[in-house]
Amino acid sequence: MRITRVSSAVRAVGAAALVVLAAASPAAADASPSAGPSDGADAPTSAGTSFRTAAEVDQGQTATATASTGDYLYWSFPADAGQRPTVRATVKLPKAHASATWQVDVYDGLRNRQACQYGAQTRTAAQDAPEVTLSCTLRTVRAWSEPWADDPLPGTYYVRLTTVGLRSADLGLPVSAELRVESKDIGGAAAVDGSLAEPLVPGIAVTGADEAGDDEESDTSVAVLSSIEPDDGWSSGWWSDRWVWTGVGGVLAALAGVAGYSLTRGPGRPSRVPPGA
Amino acid sequence: MITRQRLAAGACVLLAALTAGIALPTGAAAGEPTGDDAPKVNLVLDVSGSMRARDIDGQTRMAAAKQAFNEVLDATPEEVQLGIRTLGADYPGDNRKTGCKDTAQLYPVGPLDRTEAKTAVATLSPTGWTPIGPALLAAADDLEGGEGSRRIVLISDGEDTCAPLDPCEVAREIAAKGIGLTIDTLGLVPNTKMRQQLSCIAEATGGTYTSVEHTEELTDKVNQLVDRAADPVVTPVAVEGAGACAQAPTLKSGLYTDREEFGQHRWYRVDVAPGKELRASVSVAADRRVNQDYGVSLRAVTASGREIVRGESTGSGRTDVMSAGLRYPKAESDDDSDEDTAEVVCLQVANSFSAASGVKTTPGLPLELTVDVVDGPGSSDDVASFGLGRGWWLLGALVITGFLAGVLWGWISRWRIAVWRTN
Repeated sequence: MRITRVSSAVRAVGAAALVVLAAASPAAADASPSAGPSDGADAPTSAGTSFRTAAEVDQGQTATATASTGDYLYWSFPADAGQRPTVRATVKLPKAHASATWQVDVYDGLRNRQACQYGAQTRTAAQDAPEVTLSCTLRTVRAWSEPWADDPLPGTYYVRLTTVGLRSADLGLPVSAELRVESKDIGGAAAVDGSLAEPLVPGIAVTGADEAGDDEESDTSVAVLSSIEPDDGWSSGWWSDRWVWTGVGGVLAALAGVAGYSLTRGPGRPSRVPPGA
Repeated sequence: MITRQRLAAGACVLLAALTAGIALPTGAAAGEPTGDDAPKVNLVLDVSGSMRARDIDGQTRMAAAKQAFNEVLDATPEEVQLGIRTLGADYPGDNRKTGCKDTAQLYPVGPLDRTEAKTAVATLSPTGWTPIGPALLAAADDLEGGEGSRRIVLISDGEDTCAPLDPCEVAREIAAKGIGLTIDTLGLVPNTKMRQQLSCIAEATGGTYTSVEHTEELTDKVNQLVDRAADPVVTPVAVEGAGACAQAPTLKSGLYTDREEFGQHRWYRVDVAPGKELRASVSVAADRRVNQDYGVSLRAVTASGREIVRGESTGSGRTDVMSAGLRYPKAESDDDSDEDTAEVVCLQVANSFSAASGVKTTPGLPLELTVDVVDGPGSSDDVASFGLGRGWWLLGALVITGFLAGVLWGWISRWRIAVWRTN
């Protein structure tokens, strides 16, 4: 029968479209960490001691640092729109120590503390425990938000790792820390209209202005607050998998329209029309 | 890590010139190969009598320190200007007054001659008192001049024996005097009191405290600290905020430092043109013992006193710094008449730290302010990206709508054919 043929055709086209959709949608297809296995030699081997001196680490790299108990360790990493970063820190504690509470805090490019959705942000290590593992999963980074909202925005993120509760006898004992930032790509579900002109990178107004007027003669190396950027640059914000969803939706609607139309027409020419009319 | 960038710089050269103008005495040699921005490190070594104790890897503390120094001198990066100062190295007597003045420059801060420095270190033998406070003051003087980062590494095996001058307060005053000076402390085989004192010194200047029980730890840590000094870091510009917006200094994009006392407000002004976005963040450091709960707020206020937006944060427990930030995108003006008229935005910094009992409240807490004025963000008409949708409900709704439209169209055309046929 004609109707069943049409509906099965619709089903087939729909299925094909969905395959395309699934392939094109990073959210559906790629739930793995977005950063490559770039555990290169350029991962930092020390941490900073303040926002200003934070060691820059890329997502997917494992940063290491040796420090003393009581130090405040700072790292910074880039996070782009649509990502949901997870910070994982492991602290190897000294051989003998009292129980100590460790904490990881994440701050955005405005140095506002960002809340953790999940993860053990604060953990108390039992006496003489060899290590303590902390993690913090941020909210999804949005491309735009109201200035009054505290939403995570694309830009530099700071991680502060420290002990918040310790016996004073443990102060200064050597510890080593490992930090790894990975993020899940949330994709179009988190896409918003609007974007920032510049990512939330501290000092970008100064560095941006300097780059614009770059002068080859000058050979000064100048420190910048944050020179961080994702491997593939900051996203422009116009692409999201919503284009695919909406496009496929339009195609399916058109097919459904054809199907509905042919349903009312019956098979072929109207039977009552005489041949040659 | 703060990376280097090649750049020629309107703002940066200006900034550098300003800093140089503040930090340098007039007529300072500018063209020297070492440069004014070379990082400077002053190693301050305790050579008091107690360094004779034989408890680090089976050798005396002094021998361990000497061995570590030799290795550190070999590994010091070229660009770092290194100096060595001793305390308690010369006066073996019992006169407290004389003993507490006993600090000497063993090797002047400057380009490093490794052999000479090593020879100087080899001559040391444990002798006298432990005048940490005076040694720190003198060490800070050694580092005068230049605009690079400055760092004092204090290696000691005992607490200060020269009360009432509290080395911790000395450190805080040193930090308040200049910008970019950090004191890191290392305690050899520490006891409770000494640990407290040395960590207080470190805390007062944003430095670190480390306990050392082995020679290797000592070498590694000092090396790490010297390397850290070599990392280029943005030097903040000193600024003094006012008590009210009307008198406040006007800031451009950049990094600034100031001091804010407990319960004090600091005001700054920033000009924001239409279509630009102001980003400001502030950190107030707890450089001394403070009470358990605290907070920091940063408010953007119009010249007439209306609050635009605020950033605030609170915390409790042990901390080094409390920070807050805000963003204020100023809309493009619709009115042609006042186009290009920058709005004066007043920034108010307040803190709710309170000093723990027995802690001095002056000088104020170190405050760091970042100001960035960038282009404004794109406007947002809709929560969804360009009004596009996603999800199975969307697909379902579109399919049903399409189907109904098709059926309707089919019926209409059948009806039209029927009408045409009957006519």
